[in-house]
Order: sequence, then structure tokens, then C-alpha cells
Amino acid sequence: MKRVFSVFSFLVIASMMLAACAPAAPAGAGTIKVAILAPLSGPVPTFGVSTRDGALMAIEEWNAKGGVLGQQIEAIVADSQCTADPAVNAANKVIDQDKVHYIIGEVCSSASIPVSEIAEQKGVVQISPTSTNPTVTLNPDGSTKKYIFRACFIDPFQGLVMAKFALGQGKKTAFIMFDKGNDYVLGLAEAFEAAFTAGGGSIVGKEAYTGQDTDFSSILTKVADSKADVLFIPDYYNIINLVATQAKERGVTSTLMGGDGWDSSDLDLAAAEGGFFSNHYSAEDTRTIVQDFVSRYEAKYGSKPDALATLGYDAANLLLAAIEKAGKDDPALVKDALASLSYDAVSGTITFDAQHNPIKSAAIMQVKDGKVTFAESIAP
Amino acid sequence: MNTSPIVLLIQKIIKKGWLGKTFLALITLLAIWQIIVALQANPSLFLQQVINGLQLGFVYALIALGYTMVYGIVRLINFAHGDVFMFGAFVSFYSITRFQLHTWPQWLFPSIPHGLGLIIGAITVMAISMIACALLAIVVERIAYKPLRSAPRISALITAIGISFFLEYFAALNFVFSPNFITYKRPVEVVTWAIGLNGITTLGNGKAPPDGTILFSNIALIIILTSVLLMFGLQFIVKKTRIGKAMRSVAYDKQTARLMGINTDAIISTTFAIGAALAGAAGMLYAIAFPQIFFWMGIIPGLKSFVAAVLGGIGSIPGAFIGALIMGQAEVLSAAYISTPLRDAIAFSILIVVLLVRPTGIFGEPEREKA
Repeated sequence: MKRVFSVFSFLVIASMMLAACAPAAPAGAGTIKVAILAPLSGPVPTFGVSTRDGALMAIEEWNAKGGVLGQQIEAIVADSQCTADPAVNAANKVIDQDKVHYIIGEVCSSASIPVSEIAEQKGVVQISPTSTNPTVTLNPDGSTKKYIFRACFIDPFQGLVMAKFALGQGKKTAFIMFDKGNDYVLGLAEAFEAAFTAGGGSIVGKEAYTGQDTDFSSILTKVADSKADVLFIPDYYNIINLVATQAKERGVTSTLMGGDGWDSSDLDLAAAEGGFFSNHYSAEDTRTIVQDFVSRYEAKYGSKPDALATLGYDAANLLLAAIEKAGKDDPALVKDALASLSYDAVSGTITFDAQHNPIKSAAIMQVKDGKVTFAESIAP
Repeated sequence: MNTSPIVLLIQKIIKKGWLGKTFLALITLLAIWQIIVALQANPSLFLQQVINGLQLGFVYALIALGYTMVYGIVRLINFAHGDVFMFGAFVSFYSITRFQLHTWPQWLFPSIPHGLGLIIGAITVMAISMIACALLAIVVERIAYKPLRSAPRISALITAIGISFFLEYFAALNFVFSPNFITYKRPVEVVTWAIGLNGITTLGNGKAPPDGTILFSNIALIIILTSVLLMFGLQFIVKKTRIGKAMRSVAYDKQTARLMGINTDAIISTTFAIGAALAGAAGMLYAIAFPQIFFWMGIIPGLKSFVAAVLGGIGSIPGAFIGALIMGQAEVLSAAYISTPLRDAIAFSILIVVLLVRPTGIFGEPEREKA
């Protein structure tokens, strides 16, 4: 798939180079342009709106403080539809026509990856707020793309955080259930296993299933027999609903734990009662930076910020802080500043690792009394 | 040429058609050995898995009966059967959530005992989804299958696949059942009993069962009882009533049956309706056991039940039942003792091996050539 994308994006770039020869207007003096690529239409428009609102709010706040490097920031919003070709078109437009040096976006990995190839080639700093696929920031040969960053943690990181949390709760034994065909689930399960055993816990059982399964009775009978403290199942809410319901009937007493795939209004809260899962952020987090952000966002947009709005806000802040640190509107300097930045963001204090993935704390959520509540914040 | 005795033996095995039998014997031995090992290691765990398999097998049985009936009479593999099953699950879901039909006895007779009221309510909901599925099957049969009755068999088969896709994607429309995973609301509360040597205790919510006990839930009981009752009902209809007699004669020879004054079209419609009603009941039972419904929930259970019907001998009612129980056990036990991702592969391999030995299935009779 990735090869198709890169071939396709190459063709698109080539055709754009031939077609878009009209001289573009010079960049407006006194402003720094930042592009926001977000899926405002297409399959996930609510993701795009949240991300854009969060990023725009950060930019307005910087402008109110006098901008960055004494210049006002001009935001250019483009609709990238969570899909490769509209995202590539939008990226080419903002880079070639609007002459931006910085891109915040895209939301979806499938759109961020082709955009990152253009941005890397043209020396434009891109920071994706929410794309979790490792190849967003990595070249096919495994080296890090120099100009590409992300504001969210990648999937396996959640497994690590949950293992740390489980050990902190005094859990000693864990049973892991995972979907063999799902990279997201596999990544979390492997990271959990490695971190849990490294921290002194033991894995008493590991069972794979497939995404089409509905009958988990045979696995859950084994889980009940193993009397594990934790049943780690980092799948999406639809599988959790089935597993959690059947687990209660099979006499499973283990605490259910998982990742942000649980985060859905369709999660069966009665069945998942007592379970824990990791998430990027919680509006109930008591840190002042979170509560200030939540109240400002609510005042501006009239609703509580979701994880996407928060990550959009963080991504914009990271970028602007890096420009200020670099001291010059030059993407080559800004990318180095970003790589060595330590920034106190809403979703945790962020520093970047060698692969340009943020190292920051995760929010642990608990299903309690039929509600999802914030339990604690875990630093890696 | 000097051939070694082993090669000669292999040649003899292939020539005499012993290959399938040898396979079957080996696999049976392996399975028996595995079961003995599992029983010795942890008898209660093994029995628990057998009960898990029974629960699954009885649901498959209800779907398999529909496949086998329709095949027995019109020689059509009705691939849309699994989607009728899905339809049944959704009808029961909406009867429960939107119309609260499972609570009608409490509304009409407030003094009725709670348990009895629930049972009557659940039976009502099941009857409604059975009737709805029967109507759906009659409509489908009239529109899609009847015009093709004299067409080659392959046309009807492809139409059945088309109907299956139509039902799935029609159900996925937002104003029909929506493409989302929906959590099913059970009409009865789950009660799990822990059965041990020291008697039966009711398992508390979130409590671990006492050691050495076997868990048995009221849901498994409901599924097994309903399936057995419906199968006996079906057997009664087919063997003892005039309609059943007509069905059997249509299955035997359609032309002659028509000459004897039997309305074959009506009989075929009835067959579809009865098969679909069973699928509707199965849909509700499946949703109670695994409480999540979505528009393609029928595909996999439908496919497995079809395999169960073939395994038991397609066209045979007891065959479908036995085949489904074997499929249920094969699936759960291979998940429990061999590998979960391999469980479908193992269950389907059993089909291949049985068909190598008996191409007509366990209870099947060789098809008569008709003029």
C-alpha cells in the first residue's frame, strides 16, 4: 500500500511541477505562515474540525501574546479528507502556492504518510497531531525522516504505560489476549508483555483470536482457570464488549485492561465495569495546564475538548515554541530545535525520541459505576 | 524395477481408496488421545470446554436445519440463510429495545411472577422474530427463487449469493439497521451456576467460582432447551403432518408430487418459511449468547452451519443436528487445546476428511438419479 502511495504521490508531484509554473505571490512580509491540513470532509469530519479548532486556538493565543519572533502567525487551513490524494494536493498547494514552511497535520496516518514524503523532500517541517503509524516519521529503510514529527504517542507506547500502571497497582500475573491480524493490537500486546515481564510480573497465558470471532468461551475458560490478576486485551470496543460480557459469565475475576481502542461512546460500560485503559488525555486531569486549557476551549467553542482538539493544540504550540527557540523562520533550524525541545504541553511534558515520537505521560481511564473516569497520569 | 515394500503399500492404499479411511482413523486416534490427556490434566476444565462447545453447537444446529431442509426439497444451497439469521437477531433486538415486547406479561398482569413473566415475554419476542424471518423468506423465495425454478441449478445458487449480499448491505444502510456494532440487550438476566461435587451454587457477579466446579449458565440452558424443542417440533412436522408428507413427496419427486395434486409451490414456500423461522430463533439465541449484533454477523455462523449440514449429510435433519454438535465441539476444543487462530481450519479439515470417506456425509444417502 505504501509503495502505491509513494508512486502515486511522485506522479502527483511530477504533474504539479509541470502544471503549476505560474509565479506565486511572495510570502507576506511580517507574517509566519502555518498550514493546517485536516479532514474537514470525508469519512471523519469531526476529527478534522476538532484538530483544526485546537490548532487555531493555539495560534490565536500566540498572536495575542505578540506572535512569534515578533511576527504575527497566519494560519492556512486546507481540507485533506483523511485520504491520500486530496491530502497530497492540499500539501502541494500550501507548499508551492502559499509558500508555507510548516504544516500541522494530517489526522489520519494514511494521509499523513504521503504528505510526509512531500514535506521531507521539500524541507517543510510537518508535525502530525494524531497519526500513530510508525512510518509517518520513518523512512522505509528505518531511518528517521528529518522534518517530520508527531504530537501523539505511537501504539506500542500504550502497552508500556499499561504494564507500568498494572505493576504499580500491585498486579503480579497477566493473561494477554490479542488479535493476530491487527497491527495495533499486536503492537500494544507485545509492548505490554515486554514491559510487564521486565518489571517483575509474569505472563501466565497468551491467546490469539481473529477479528471475526464472537465466541471467546474457550479462551475465557482458560483465563478463569489461570486466575491471572490482569487480563490485557488492547482491542477496539466492539471486541471488548463481547469479551467483557462473556468473561463475567465464565467466572473471570481478572482486571480488564486495554488501550485507547476502548475509547468509544459505544463501549458497553456495564460489561467493562472495573476495567482500565490508556488514553492520550483526559479533560478530568487535575493538572492546572489541563484545566486552564479545558475552560478556555469551552469558553471559545462551547464544548469540552476531545483528544483530537488537545493534540491539535499541542502540535501547534510545539511548532511555535520550536520556531521561537530556533530564533529564525527557517525550517532547517526549526526541525533541529523541535528535536531537542522539551515543552510543557496539555497532554503531558513532551520531548522527542530519536524517531521523532514524543515521550510523554499517558492518561489512565477507569470504567467505574457506569462511567469512564480519569484514574491517573502515568509517565513512561 | 525393484520397488520397496513401503512404496507398494502406499500404492495399494491409494488404489483401494484407503487414503481417506487412514486419515480418518489417524485423526480419530489423535483426537481420542488428546481428549484423554486433557481429561487427566484437568477434568473440570475439559468438561467446561465441552459445555462451551455444546452451547455453540446447538445454535449452529438451528441454522443447519434450515440449510438442510431447503436443500432436501429444492436442491438449493440457500446462501442467504445466514442473513436471515442476522435479520432475526435484529428483529428481536428492536422488539426488545424499541417496543419493550419482552415485558408485556408484566404490563398486562402485574401480579405475574417475575420469572414466569420474563419467560413468556422472551418466548413472545422469539415468536415475533421467527414470524418476521418466515415472511422475509417467503418474499425472497417468491421474488428471487421461484422464477428460476426451471433454470439450471447454478443460476439459483448465484442468485442466492446475490440475495445474501443484498440483505447484508441493505441492513447496513443507516435507516435500516445501520453499519454499527450494536450491543444486544438480553431479555433475561444471566445467572451462572457453579456445579461441583458439593452441590450447586449460584455464582456472584465478579466472583471466582469454587475450585473444581463447572459453570453452566441459564443462557446455555435456554439455548439447548429451545434447540431440542424446535428440532423435535420440526421432526414432528416433517414426519407426522400432512404438510410434512407433502414436503417429503416433493423432495422425492417434484413432478410426480404435482401430478398427485400437491401444490408444490406452496410446499416449497412453506419449507423456506420453516427454515427461516428456525434461523430467526437461532439469531436471537446467538445474540443472547454473544450479545453484539451487526449487519454481517450471519456470514460466519451461516458458513459454519452449512458445513455442519454437509458434514451430517445435507438433506437429513438428524444429520444436521449431529453435524452441528460436532462442529461446535471441534471448534471449541481445538481452540482450547490446539490453537485459537487455527480453530476454523481444524473444524473445516474435519469436514474434508469425513467427506473423503463418506461423500454424502454421516447420515446422508446417495442421491438418486432422476429422469
